[in-house]
Amino acid sequence: MDMRQVYCDTLIEAAKTNDKIMVVEADLMNATGTGPFKKAYPNRLVDVGVAEANLIGVSAGLSNMGKIPFAATFGCFASRRTFDQFFLSANYAKLNVKLVGTDPGITAQFNGGTHMPFEDIGIMQTVPNLVITEPCDSVSLEKTVYNLIDHYGSSYMRLHRKGELTIYDKDEKFEIGKGKVLKDGSDVTIVALGFVMVPEALQAAKMLEKEGISAAVIDPVCVKPLDNELILHYAAKTNAIISAENHQVSSGLGSAIANLLVNERPTKMRMVGVKEEFGQVGTLDYLKGYYRLNATEIVAQAKQLLKK
Amino acid sequence: MITKKELQQLNIEANTVRITTLETIANLGVGHVGGSLSVVEVLTLLYFKEMNIDPNNPKMEGRDLLVLSKGHAGPALYSTLALKGFFPLDWLETLNKGGTNLPSHCDRTKTPGIDMTTGSLGQGLSAACGMALSCRLDGLDNYTYAIIGDGETDEGQNWEAAMFASQYKLNKLIAFTDYNKLQLDGTTESIMDLGDIEGKWRTFGWNVYRCDGHNISEIESKIELAKLSNNKPNMIILDTVKGKGAAFAENKLNNHNMVVAQDVAKEAIDELKKEL
Repeated sequence: MDMRQVYCDTLIEAAKTNDKIMVVEADLMNATGTGPFKKAYPNRLVDVGVAEANLIGVSAGLSNMGKIPFAATFGCFASRRTFDQFFLSANYAKLNVKLVGTDPGITAQFNGGTHMPFEDIGIMQTVPNLVITEPCDSVSLEKTVYNLIDHYGSSYMRLHRKGELTIYDKDEKFEIGKGKVLKDGSDVTIVALGFVMVPEALQAAKMLEKEGISAAVIDPVCVKPLDNELILHYAAKTNAIISAENHQVSSGLGSAIANLLVNERPTKMRMVGVKEEFGQVGTLDYLKGYYRLNATEIVAQAKQLLKK
Repeated sequence: MITKKELQQLNIEANTVRITTLETIANLGVGHVGGSLSVVEVLTLLYFKEMNIDPNNPKMEGRDLLVLSKGHAGPALYSTLALKGFFPLDWLETLNKGGTNLPSHCDRTKTPGIDMTTGSLGQGLSAACGMALSCRLDGLDNYTYAIIGDGETDEGQNWEAAMFASQYKLNKLIAFTDYNKLQLDGTTESIMDLGDIEGKWRTFGWNVYRCDGHNISEIESKIELAKLSNNKPNMIILDTVKGKGAAFAENKLNNHNMVVAQDVAKEAIDELKKEL
Protein backbone atom coordinates (compact mmCIF):
# COMPACT_ATOMS: atom_id res chain seq x y z
CA MET A 1 0.00 0.00 0.00
CA ASP A 2 1.38 3.43 -0.97
CA MET A 3 2.34 5.65 1.94
CA ARG A 4 -0.26 8.18 0.84
CA GLN A 5 -2.95 5.55 1.04
CA VAL A 6 -1.88 4.80 4.59
CA TYR A 7 -2.12 8.54 5.33
CA CYS A 8 -5.61 8.82 3.86
CA ASP A 9 -6.92 5.57 5.35
CA THR A 10 -5.66 6.62 8.78
CA LEU A 11 -7.44 9.97 8.55
CA ILE A 12 -10.65 8.28 7.40
CA GLU A 13 -10.48 5.84 10.31
CA ALA A 14 -9.64 8.54 12.86
CA ALA A 15 -12.41 10.78 11.55
CA LYS A 16 -15.00 8.11 12.35
CA THR A 17 -14.68 8.89 16.03
CA ASN A 18 -13.35 12.44 15.84
CA ASP A 19 -15.57 14.88 13.98
CA LYS A 20 -13.00 17.66 14.34
CA ILE A 21 -10.65 16.15 11.78
CA MET A 22 -10.61 17.90 8.42
CA VAL A 23 -8.45 17.72 5.32
CA VAL A 24 -7.42 20.88 3.50
CA GLU A 25 -5.88 20.65 0.04
CA ALA A 26 -4.48 23.17 -2.44
CA ASP A 27 -5.44 21.52 -5.72
CA LEU A 28 -3.27 18.50 -4.96
CA MET A 29 -5.93 16.21 -3.49
CA ASN A 30 -5.32 13.73 -6.25
CA ALA A 31 -1.58 13.81 -5.59
CA THR A 32 -1.86 13.57 -1.79
CA GLY A 33 -4.38 10.81 -2.37
CA THR A 34 -7.07 12.15 -0.06
CA GLY A 35 -9.92 11.69 -2.55
CA PRO A 36 -11.33 8.77 -0.52
CA PHE A 37 -11.53 11.08 2.53
CA LYS A 38 -13.67 13.45 0.51
CA LYS A 39 -15.86 10.56 -0.56
CA ALA A 40 -16.29 9.48 3.05
CA TYR A 41 -16.77 13.01 4.45
CA PRO A 42 -17.69 15.38 1.63
CA ASN A 43 -18.01 18.43 3.89
CA ARG A 44 -14.78 17.83 5.73
CA LEU A 45 -12.40 18.12 2.82
CA VAL A 46 -11.79 21.68 1.75
CA ASP A 47 -9.92 22.44 -1.47
CA VAL A 48 -8.64 26.01 -1.63
CA GLY A 49 -7.30 25.76 -5.16
CA VAL A 50 -3.75 26.71 -6.08
CA ALA A 51 -3.43 29.12 -3.17
CA GLU A 52 -1.01 27.97 -0.52
CA ALA A 53 -1.11 31.11 1.61
CA ASN A 54 -4.86 30.69 1.87
CA LEU A 55 -4.37 26.97 2.56
CA ILE A 56 -2.70 27.90 5.81
CA GLY A 57 -4.98 30.85 6.59
CA VAL A 58 -8.15 28.83 6.16
CA SER A 59 -6.65 25.97 8.17
CA ALA A 60 -5.74 28.39 10.95
CA GLY A 61 -9.31 29.70 10.94
CA LEU A 62 -10.71 26.17 11.09
CA SER A 63 -8.36 25.36 13.95
CA ASN A 64 -9.38 28.55 15.74
CA MET A 65 -12.91 27.12 15.91
CA GLY A 66 -11.68 23.76 17.21
CA LYS A 67 -11.20 21.76 14.04
CA ILE A 68 -8.05 19.67 13.47
CA PRO A 69 -7.06 20.46 9.90
CA PHE A 70 -4.52 18.32 8.03
CA ALA A 71 -3.31 20.70 5.32
CA ALA A 72 -1.14 19.24 2.59
CA THR A 73 0.82 20.35 -0.43
CA PHE A 74 4.20 19.52 -1.94
CA GLY A 75 6.91 20.05 0.68
CA CYS A 76 8.55 22.82 -1.32
CA PHE A 77 5.37 24.91 -1.19
CA ALA A 78 4.41 23.83 2.32
CA SER A 79 7.67 25.28 3.59
CA ARG A 80 9.05 27.95 1.28
CA ARG A 81 5.78 29.35 0.01
CA THR A 82 3.65 29.45 3.14
CA PHE A 83 6.26 30.12 5.76
CA ASP A 84 5.01 33.46 7.05
CA GLN A 85 1.41 32.25 7.12
CA PHE A 86 2.38 29.05 8.91
CA PHE A 87 4.70 30.88 11.29
CA LEU A 88 2.22 33.56 12.24
CA SER A 89 -1.39 32.50 11.65
CA ALA A 90 -0.76 28.93 12.85
CA ASN A 91 2.23 28.84 15.21
CA TYR A 92 2.54 32.30 16.73
CA ALA A 93 -1.25 32.24 17.13
CA LYS A 94 -0.82 28.91 19.02
CA LEU A 95 -3.27 27.11 16.75
CA ASN A 96 -3.36 23.50 15.73
CA VAL A 97 -2.56 23.16 12.05
CA LYS A 98 -1.16 19.82 10.89
CA LEU A 99 0.88 20.78 7.85
CA VAL A 100 1.97 17.96 5.57
CA GLY A 101 4.74 18.43 3.02
CA THR A 102 4.69 15.68 0.45
CA ASP A 103 7.49 14.46 -1.83
CA PRO A 104 10.37 15.24 0.51
CA GLY A 105 13.79 15.73 -1.05
CA ILE A 106 14.70 13.47 -3.95
CA THR A 107 11.35 11.70 -3.91
CA ALA A 108 10.07 14.61 -6.00
CA GLN A 109 11.94 12.82 -8.80
CA PHE A 110 10.61 13.94 -12.21
CA ASN A 111 9.18 17.18 -10.83
CA GLY A 112 12.80 18.19 -10.40
CA GLY A 113 14.57 21.09 -8.74
CA THR A 114 11.56 23.41 -8.54
CA HIS A 115 9.70 20.82 -6.48
CA MET A 116 12.54 19.17 -4.56
CA PRO A 117 12.67 20.42 -0.97
CA PHE A 118 16.07 19.95 0.63
CA GLU A 119 15.42 22.89 2.94
CA ASP A 120 11.94 22.36 4.41
CA ILE A 121 13.12 20.87 7.71
CA GLY A 122 15.65 23.68 8.06
CA ILE A 123 12.99 26.32 7.52
CA MET A 124 10.64 24.64 9.96
CA GLN A 125 13.30 24.13 12.63
CA THR A 126 13.24 27.88 13.24
CA VAL A 127 9.63 27.77 14.51
CA PRO A 128 9.53 27.50 18.32
CA ASN A 129 7.93 24.30 19.62
CA LEU A 130 6.85 23.03 16.21
CA VAL A 131 6.72 19.25 15.91
CA ILE A 132 8.72 18.14 12.85
CA THR A 133 8.45 14.51 11.84
CA GLU A 134 9.19 12.18 8.94
CA PRO A 135 7.82 8.69 9.53
CA CYS A 136 9.72 6.16 7.43
CA ASP A 137 7.16 3.39 7.00
CA SER A 138 3.47 2.57 6.99
CA VAL A 139 3.31 1.66 10.70
CA SER A 140 5.14 4.72 12.00
CA LEU A 141 3.11 6.90 9.62
CA GLU A 142 -0.20 5.60 10.91
CA LYS A 143 0.83 5.91 14.55
CA THR A 144 2.32 9.35 13.99
CA VAL A 145 -0.90 10.65 12.42
CA TYR A 146 -2.79 9.49 15.53
CA ASN A 147 -0.16 11.06 17.78
CA LEU A 148 -0.45 14.37 15.94
CA ILE A 149 -4.24 14.30 16.32
CA ASP A 150 -3.85 13.80 20.08
CA HIS A 151 -1.19 16.49 20.42
CA TYR A 152 -2.49 20.08 20.54
CA GLY A 153 -0.13 22.25 18.53
CA SER A 154 0.95 22.72 14.96
CA SER A 155 3.20 20.25 13.23
CA TYR A 156 5.07 19.67 10.00
CA MET A 157 5.14 16.14 8.65
CA ARG A 158 7.15 15.08 5.64
CA LEU A 159 5.16 12.49 3.73
CA HIS A 160 6.58 10.26 1.06
CA ARG A 161 3.60 9.57 -1.20
CA LYS A 162 4.43 6.68 -3.47
CA GLY A 163 5.92 3.38 -2.53
CA GLU A 164 5.41 0.87 0.18
CA LEU A 165 7.60 0.12 3.15
CA THR A 166 6.97 -1.72 6.38
CA ILE A 167 9.80 -1.79 8.88
CA TYR A 168 8.00 -1.82 12.20
CA ASP A 169 5.78 -4.46 13.72
CA LYS A 170 2.17 -3.35 13.54
CA ASP A 171 1.93 -3.24 17.34
CA GLU A 172 4.97 -0.99 17.78
CA LYS A 173 4.15 2.04 19.91
CA PHE A 174 5.28 5.54 18.98
CA GLU A 175 5.46 8.80 20.91
CA ILE A 176 6.17 12.29 19.66
CA GLY A 177 9.84 13.02 20.35
CA LYS A 178 10.79 9.40 20.90
CA GLY A 179 13.10 7.62 18.50
CA LYS A 180 13.49 3.92 17.81
CA VAL A 181 16.53 1.67 17.91
CA LEU A 182 16.26 -0.43 14.77
CA LYS A 183 19.53 -2.22 15.36
CA ASP A 184 21.91 -2.18 18.28
CA GLY A 185 25.63 -1.69 17.78
CA SER A 186 28.78 -0.64 19.62
CA ASP A 187 31.23 1.05 17.21
CA VAL A 188 29.17 3.68 15.44
CA THR A 189 25.56 4.95 15.46
CA ILE A 190 23.70 5.81 12.29
CA VAL A 191 20.76 8.15 12.88
CA ALA A 192 18.67 8.00 9.72
CA LEU A 193 15.42 9.72 8.83
CA GLY A 194 12.57 8.85 6.51
CA PHE A 195 11.52 6.52 3.76
CA VAL A 196 14.68 7.02 1.71
CA MET A 197 17.41 6.93 4.33
CA VAL A 198 16.25 4.44 6.98
CA PRO A 199 16.50 1.44 4.60
CA GLU A 200 19.87 2.72 3.37
CA ALA A 201 21.09 2.93 6.97
CA LEU A 202 19.97 -0.65 7.68
CA GLN A 203 21.75 -1.78 4.54
CA ALA A 204 24.88 0.17 5.53
CA ALA A 205 24.85 -1.47 8.97
CA LYS A 206 24.85 -4.90 7.32
CA MET A 207 27.75 -3.89 5.06
CA LEU A 208 29.70 -2.59 8.05
CA GLU A 209 29.11 -5.80 10.01
CA LYS A 210 30.84 -7.72 7.22
CA GLU A 211 33.89 -5.54 7.80
CA GLY A 212 33.78 -6.13 11.52
CA ILE A 213 32.21 -2.79 12.43
CA SER A 214 29.22 -2.93 14.74
CA ALA A 215 26.77 -0.19 13.76
CA ALA A 216 23.63 0.83 15.64
CA VAL A 217 20.75 2.28 13.61
CA ILE A 218 18.33 4.80 15.10
CA ASP A 219 15.18 6.19 13.50
CA PRO A 220 14.46 9.44 15.37
CA VAL A 221 10.99 9.73 13.70
CA CYS A 222 10.92 13.35 14.87
CA VAL A 223 13.60 15.94 14.19
CA LYS A 224 11.85 18.18 16.69
CA PRO A 225 11.51 17.45 19.48
CA LEU A 226 14.59 15.32 18.99
CA ASP A 227 15.00 12.28 21.24
CA ASN A 228 17.97 13.79 23.04
CA GLU A 229 18.14 11.07 25.63
CA LEU A 230 18.40 8.28 23.08
CA ILE A 231 20.98 10.08 20.97
CA LEU A 232 23.13 11.02 23.96
CA HIS A 233 22.96 7.43 25.17
CA TYR A 234 24.26 6.16 21.83
CA ALA A 235 26.83 8.96 21.59
CA ALA A 236 28.21 7.69 24.89
CA LYS A 237 27.97 4.07 23.84
CA THR A 238 29.59 4.29 20.40
CA ASN A 239 31.48 7.61 20.48
CA ALA A 240 30.73 8.06 16.77
CA ILE A 241 27.60 9.33 15.07
CA ILE A 242 26.57 9.42 11.41
CA SER A 243 23.42 11.31 10.45
CA ALA A 244 21.65 10.39 7.22
CA GLU A 245 18.91 12.50 5.71
CA ASN A 246 17.17 13.22 2.42
CA HIS A 247 17.70 16.94 3.03
CA GLN A 248 20.45 19.56 3.20
CA VAL A 249 22.99 18.86 5.91
CA SER A 250 23.23 22.58 6.71
CA SER A 251 19.91 22.74 8.50
CA GLY A 252 18.31 19.33 8.93
CA LEU A 253 18.63 16.25 11.10
CA GLY A 254 22.43 16.33 11.15
CA SER A 255 22.60 19.90 12.32
CA ALA A 256 19.93 19.24 14.97
CA ILE A 257 22.04 16.35 16.31
CA ALA A 258 25.19 18.45 16.12
CA ASN A 259 23.48 21.22 18.12
CA LEU A 260 22.67 18.69 20.81
CA LEU A 261 26.09 17.06 20.89
CA VAL A 262 28.14 20.23 20.88
CA ASN A 263 26.34 21.36 24.01
CA GLU A 264 25.92 18.09 25.85
CA ARG A 265 28.54 15.63 24.72
CA PRO A 266 30.92 16.56 21.90
CA THR A 267 31.18 13.45 19.77
CA LYS A 268 32.85 12.60 16.47
CA MET A 269 30.26 12.96 13.77
CA ARG A 270 29.71 12.91 9.99
CA MET A 271 26.63 14.02 8.08
CA VAL A 272 25.27 12.22 5.05
CA GLY A 273 22.87 14.40 3.10
CA VAL A 274 22.69 17.03 0.39
CA LYS A 275 25.51 19.57 0.39
CA GLU A 276 25.44 22.97 -1.38
CA GLU A 277 23.18 21.91 -4.23
CA PHE A 278 19.70 22.44 -5.62
CA GLY A 279 17.44 19.63 -6.75
CA GLN A 280 17.11 18.28 -10.27
CA VAL A 281 15.10 15.76 -12.27
CA GLY A 282 15.88 12.06 -12.27
CA THR A 283 14.81 8.65 -11.04
CA LEU A 284 15.10 7.91 -7.34
CA ASP A 285 18.11 5.67 -8.01
CA TYR A 286 19.84 8.29 -10.11
CA LEU A 287 19.26 10.97 -7.48
CA LYS A 288 20.38 8.72 -4.63
CA GLY A 289 23.60 8.17 -6.52
CA TYR A 290 24.09 11.81 -7.51
CA TYR A 291 23.57 13.20 -4.02
CA ARG A 292 25.21 10.16 -2.38
CA LEU A 293 22.14 9.43 -0.29
CA ASN A 294 22.89 5.74 -0.01
CA ALA A 295 24.37 2.91 2.02
CA THR A 296 27.71 3.15 0.21
CA GLU A 297 28.18 6.74 1.35
CA ILE A 298 27.12 5.94 4.91
CA VAL A 299 29.67 3.10 5.00
CA ALA A 300 32.40 5.33 3.58
CA GLN A 301 31.70 8.06 6.11
CA ALA A 302 31.58 5.57 8.98
CA LYS A 303 34.91 4.04 8.05
CA GLN A 304 36.53 7.45 7.67
CA LEU A 305 35.14 8.53 11.01
CA LEU A 306 36.39 5.43 12.81
CA LYS A 307 39.87 5.86 11.36
CA LYS A 308 40.32 9.20 13.10
CA MET B 1 -32.73 49.54 11.93
CA ILE B 2 -31.16 51.80 14.46
CA THR B 3 -33.24 54.16 16.58
CA LYS B 4 -32.38 57.83 16.99
CA LYS B 5 -31.71 57.29 20.66
CA GLU B 6 -29.46 54.31 19.94
CA LEU B 7 -27.58 56.31 17.37
CA GLN B 8 -27.06 59.14 19.80
CA GLN B 9 -25.71 56.71 22.36
CA LEU B 10 -23.46 54.94 19.83
CA ASN B 11 -22.01 58.26 18.69
CA ILE B 12 -21.15 59.07 22.28
CA GLU B 13 -19.55 55.66 22.68
CA ALA B 14 -17.56 56.10 19.46
CA ASN B 15 -16.30 59.41 20.73
CA THR B 16 -15.27 57.74 23.98
CA VAL B 17 -13.50 54.95 22.07
CA ARG B 18 -11.66 57.60 20.02
CA ILE B 19 -10.60 59.53 23.11
CA THR B 20 -9.54 56.35 24.88
CA THR B 21 -7.55 55.22 21.84
CA LEU B 22 -5.72 58.53 21.73
CA GLU B 23 -5.05 58.41 25.46
CA THR B 24 -3.76 54.86 25.15
CA ILE B 25 -1.32 55.72 22.37
CA ALA B 26 -0.30 59.04 23.94
CA ASN B 27 0.45 57.26 27.20
CA LEU B 28 3.11 55.29 25.34
CA GLY B 29 4.09 58.26 23.17
CA VAL B 30 4.09 56.52 19.83
CA GLY B 31 1.73 54.32 17.84
CA HIS B 32 -0.48 53.55 14.90
CA VAL B 33 -2.68 56.60 15.26
CA GLY B 34 -4.00 56.90 11.72
CA GLY B 35 -5.35 53.43 11.12
CA SER B 36 -6.66 53.14 14.67
CA LEU B 37 -8.77 56.28 14.47
CA SER B 38 -10.22 55.41 11.07
CA VAL B 39 -11.93 52.22 12.33
CA VAL B 40 -13.46 53.63 15.53
CA GLU B 41 -17.04 53.87 14.26
CA VAL B 42 -17.22 50.38 12.78
CA LEU B 43 -15.69 48.85 15.93
CA THR B 44 -18.08 50.76 18.18
CA LEU B 45 -21.10 49.70 16.14
CA LEU B 46 -19.99 46.07 16.07
CA TYR B 47 -19.18 45.72 19.75
CA PHE B 48 -21.83 48.01 21.24
CA LYS B 49 -24.74 46.91 19.10
CA GLU B 50 -24.23 44.44 16.32
CA MET B 51 -22.26 41.51 17.67
CA ASN B 52 -23.58 38.75 19.88
CA ILE B 53 -20.80 38.66 22.46
CA ASP B 54 -20.40 38.39 26.21
CA PRO B 55 -17.57 40.34 27.85
CA ASN B 56 -17.77 37.96 30.81
CA ASN B 57 -17.39 34.97 28.54
CA PRO B 58 -15.10 36.05 25.70
CA LYS B 59 -14.97 32.51 24.26
CA MET B 60 -18.76 32.01 24.35
CA GLU B 61 -19.74 29.32 21.90
CA GLY B 62 -21.69 30.57 18.91
CA ARG B 63 -20.64 34.19 19.46
CA ASP B 64 -20.06 36.54 16.57
CA LEU B 65 -16.40 36.82 15.64
CA LEU B 66 -14.10 39.57 14.46
CA VAL B 67 -10.74 39.31 12.74
CA LEU B 68 -8.99 42.67 12.71
CA SER B 69 -6.70 41.80 9.84
CA LYS B 70 -5.08 45.22 9.98
CA GLY B 71 -3.73 44.14 13.35
CA HIS B 72 -1.85 47.38 13.88
CA ALA B 73 -5.18 49.05 14.73
CA GLY B 74 -5.03 47.04 17.96
CA PRO B 75 -5.21 50.16 20.20
CA ALA B 76 -8.67 51.04 18.82
CA LEU B 77 -9.93 47.49 19.34
CA TYR B 78 -8.37 47.28 22.81
CA SER B 79 -10.09 50.53 23.78
CA THR B 80 -13.40 49.20 22.46
CA LEU B 81 -13.03 45.90 24.30
CA ALA B 82 -11.99 47.58 27.55
CA LEU B 83 -14.92 50.00 27.43
CA LYS B 84 -17.20 47.06 26.70
CA GLY B 85 -15.89 45.33 29.82
CA PHE B 86 -13.73 42.53 28.41
CA PHE B 87 -10.87 43.60 30.68
CA PRO B 88 -10.10 46.49 33.07
CA LEU B 89 -9.55 49.91 31.54
CA ASP B 90 -6.23 50.27 33.32
CA TRP B 91 -4.79 47.52 31.12
CA LEU B 92 -4.72 50.15 28.38
CA GLU B 93 -1.86 51.89 30.20
CA THR B 94 0.27 48.80 29.55
CA LEU B 95 0.06 48.98 25.74
CA ASN B 96 3.33 47.72 24.24
CA LYS B 97 5.08 47.59 27.58
CA GLY B 98 7.07 44.48 28.51
CA GLY B 99 4.79 41.66 29.67
CA THR B 100 1.60 43.40 28.51
CA ASN B 101 -1.56 41.65 27.35
CA LEU B 102 -1.99 44.39 24.78
CA PRO B 103 0.74 44.12 22.15
CA SER B 104 0.91 46.49 19.21
CA HIS B 105 -0.70 43.89 16.93
CA CYS B 106 -3.66 41.72 17.94
CA ASP B 107 -2.87 38.44 19.69
CA ARG B 108 -5.62 35.91 20.42
CA THR B 109 -3.52 34.26 23.10
CA LYS B 110 -3.03 37.41 25.17
CA THR B 111 -6.15 39.56 25.07
CA PRO B 112 -9.69 38.60 26.12
CA GLY B 113 -12.02 39.29 23.20
CA ILE B 114 -9.40 39.07 20.45
CA ASP B 115 -10.58 36.30 18.14
CA MET B 116 -7.52 36.00 15.90
CA THR B 117 -3.85 36.86 15.92
CA THR B 118 -2.93 39.27 13.14
CA GLY B 119 -0.16 41.65 12.23
CA SER B 120 1.49 40.26 9.13
CA LEU B 121 -0.77 42.00 6.66
CA GLY B 122 -2.97 40.03 4.31
CA GLN B 123 -3.54 37.00 6.51
CA GLY B 124 -6.70 37.85 8.42
CA LEU B 125 -9.29 37.37 5.72
CA SER B 126 -8.13 33.79 5.10
CA ALA B 127 -8.50 33.00 8.78
CA ALA B 128 -11.93 34.62 8.82
CA CYS B 129 -12.89 32.36 5.91
CA GLY B 130 -11.83 29.27 7.84
CA MET B 131 -13.68 30.46 10.93
CA ALA B 132 -16.88 31.20 8.99
CA LEU B 133 -16.69 27.84 7.25
CA SER B 134 -16.13 26.02 10.53
CA CYS B 135 -19.13 27.76 12.11
CA ARG B 136 -21.30 26.76 9.19
CA LEU B 137 -20.15 23.14 9.42
CA ASP B 138 -21.13 23.23 13.09
CA GLY B 139 -24.60 24.50 12.20
CA LEU B 140 -24.10 27.86 13.92
CA ASP B 141 -25.86 30.95 12.61
CA ASN B 142 -23.33 33.47 13.86
CA TYR B 143 -21.49 36.06 11.81
CA THR B 144 -17.78 36.36 11.18
CA TYR B 145 -16.59 39.92 10.63
CA ALA B 146 -13.24 40.96 9.21
CA ILE B 147 -11.65 44.36 8.79
CA ILE B 148 -8.89 44.80 6.26
CA GLY B 149 -6.92 47.91 5.43
CA ASP B 150 -6.77 49.54 2.03
CA GLY B 151 -2.98 49.32 1.93
CA GLU B 152 -3.29 45.74 3.11
CA THR B 153 -5.53 45.09 0.12
CA ASP B 154 -2.32 45.04 -1.96
CA GLU B 155 -1.49 41.65 -0.44
CA GLY B 156 -2.29 38.81 -2.82
CA GLN B 157 -3.53 36.51 -0.08
CA ASN B 158 -6.65 38.68 0.24
CA TRP B 159 -7.59 37.74 -3.28
CA GLU B 160 -6.99 34.05 -2.63
CA ALA B 161 -9.36 34.40 0.30
CA ALA B 162 -11.81 36.40 -1.82
CA MET B 163 -12.08 33.57 -4.32
CA PHE B 164 -12.42 31.03 -1.54
CA ALA B 165 -15.21 32.89 0.26
CA SER B 166 -17.13 33.13 -2.97
CA GLN B 167 -16.54 29.48 -3.93
CA TYR B 168 -17.70 28.31 -0.51
CA LYS B 169 -20.63 30.77 -0.45
CA LEU B 170 -19.66 32.21 2.92
CA ASN B 171 -22.73 34.41 3.25
CA LYS B 172 -22.20 34.89 6.99
CA LEU B 173 -18.85 36.52 6.36
CA ILE B 174 -19.08 40.30 6.48
CA ALA B 175 -15.82 42.09 5.70
CA PHE B 176 -15.01 45.77 5.77
CA THR B 177 -12.32 47.66 3.92
CA ASP B 178 -11.04 50.64 5.88
CA TYR B 179 -10.66 52.80 2.78
CA ASN B 180 -8.86 55.79 4.23
CA LYS B 181 -6.85 56.29 1.00
CA LEU B 182 -3.48 56.40 2.77
CA GLN B 183 -0.89 53.71 3.12
CA LEU B 184 2.46 53.93 4.87
CA ASP B 185 4.42 55.40 1.98
CA GLY B 186 1.76 57.78 0.69
CA THR B 187 -1.69 57.86 -0.85
CA THR B 188 -3.03 54.54 -2.07
CA GLU B 189 -3.53 56.19 -5.44
CA SER B 190 0.16 57.08 -5.74
CA ILE B 191 1.62 53.89 -4.24
CA MET B 192 -0.67 51.09 -5.46
CA ASP B 193 -3.94 52.36 -6.83
CA LEU B 194 -6.90 50.21 -5.87
CA GLY B 195 -8.82 51.56 -8.84
CA ASP B 196 -12.35 50.26 -9.01
CA ILE B 197 -12.28 48.66 -5.59
CA GLU B 198 -16.00 47.93 -5.58
CA GLY B 199 -15.76 46.32 -9.00
CA LYS B 200 -12.82 44.20 -7.92
CA TRP B 201 -14.71 42.62 -5.03
CA ARG B 202 -17.86 42.27 -7.11
CA THR B 203 -15.92 40.46 -9.82
CA PHE B 204 -14.61 38.10 -7.17
CA GLY B 205 -18.20 37.14 -6.39
CA TRP B 206 -18.96 39.28 -3.35
CA ASN B 207 -21.90 41.50 -2.48
CA VAL B 208 -20.38 44.95 -2.29
CA TYR B 209 -21.68 47.95 -0.35
CA ARG B 210 -20.10 51.29 0.27
CA CYS B 211 -20.72 54.05 2.77
CA ASP B 212 -19.25 56.76 4.95
CA GLY B 213 -17.19 54.79 7.45
CA HIS B 214 -17.65 57.44 10.12
CA ASN B 215 -21.44 57.38 9.89
CA ILE B 216 -22.69 54.70 12.23
CA SER B 217 -26.22 54.72 10.90
CA GLU B 218 -24.99 54.20 7.33
CA ILE B 219 -22.66 51.36 8.32
CA GLU B 220 -25.50 49.72 10.23
CA SER B 221 -27.80 49.88 7.22
CA LYS B 222 -25.14 48.19 5.05
CA ILE B 223 -24.64 45.45 7.64
CA GLU B 224 -28.37 44.85 7.61
CA LEU B 225 -28.25 44.46 3.83
CA ALA B 226 -25.28 42.11 4.10
CA LYS B 227 -27.19 39.96 6.56
CA LEU B 228 -29.81 39.32 3.86
CA SER B 229 -27.23 37.52 1.72
CA ASN B 230 -27.94 33.85 1.26
CA ASN B 231 -25.09 32.76 -0.97
CA LYS B 232 -22.39 35.42 -1.24
CA PRO B 233 -19.78 36.87 1.10
CA ASN B 234 -20.10 40.56 1.81
CA MET B 235 -17.69 43.46 1.51
CA ILE B 236 -18.57 46.85 2.92
CA ILE B 237 -16.18 49.55 1.71
CA LEU B 238 -15.90 52.19 4.39
CA ASP B 239 -14.86 55.59 3.14
CA THR B 240 -12.83 56.81 6.05
CA VAL B 241 -10.26 59.40 7.05
CA LYS B 242 -6.95 58.17 8.39
CA GLY B 243 -6.39 59.79 11.77
CA LYS B 244 -10.05 60.88 11.94
CA GLY B 245 -10.92 63.22 14.79
CA ALA B 246 -7.40 64.26 15.82
CA ALA B 247 -6.30 67.41 14.02
CA PHE B 248 -2.62 66.62 14.47
CA ALA B 249 -3.02 63.34 12.61
CA GLU B 250 -6.04 63.67 10.36
CA ASN B 251 -5.12 62.90 6.75
CA LYS B 252 -1.45 63.51 7.46
CA LEU B 253 0.91 61.47 5.30
CA ASN B 254 3.04 60.55 8.32
CA ASN B 255 0.17 59.35 10.52
CA HIS B 256 0.60 55.61 10.06
CA ASN B 257 2.87 55.20 13.04
CA MET B 258 3.73 58.48 14.70
CA VAL B 259 5.12 60.05 17.83
CA VAL B 260 2.34 61.55 19.95
CA ALA B 261 3.38 64.08 22.56
CA GLN B 262 1.16 64.32 25.63
CA ASP B 263 0.29 67.99 25.09
CA VAL B 264 -0.59 67.42 21.43
CA ALA B 265 -2.80 64.50 22.38
CA LYS B 266 -4.43 66.51 25.16
CA GLU B 267 -5.37 69.25 22.73
CA ALA B 268 -7.05 66.72 20.42
CA ILE B 269 -8.74 64.97 23.34
CA ASP B 270 -10.07 68.28 24.71
CA GLU B 271 -11.59 68.99 21.31
CA LEU B 272 -13.24 65.56 21.23
CA LYS B 273 -14.56 65.97 24.75
CA LYS B 274 -16.48 69.05 23.65
CA GLU B 275 -18.60 66.73 21.53
CA LEU B 276 -19.57 64.55 24.49
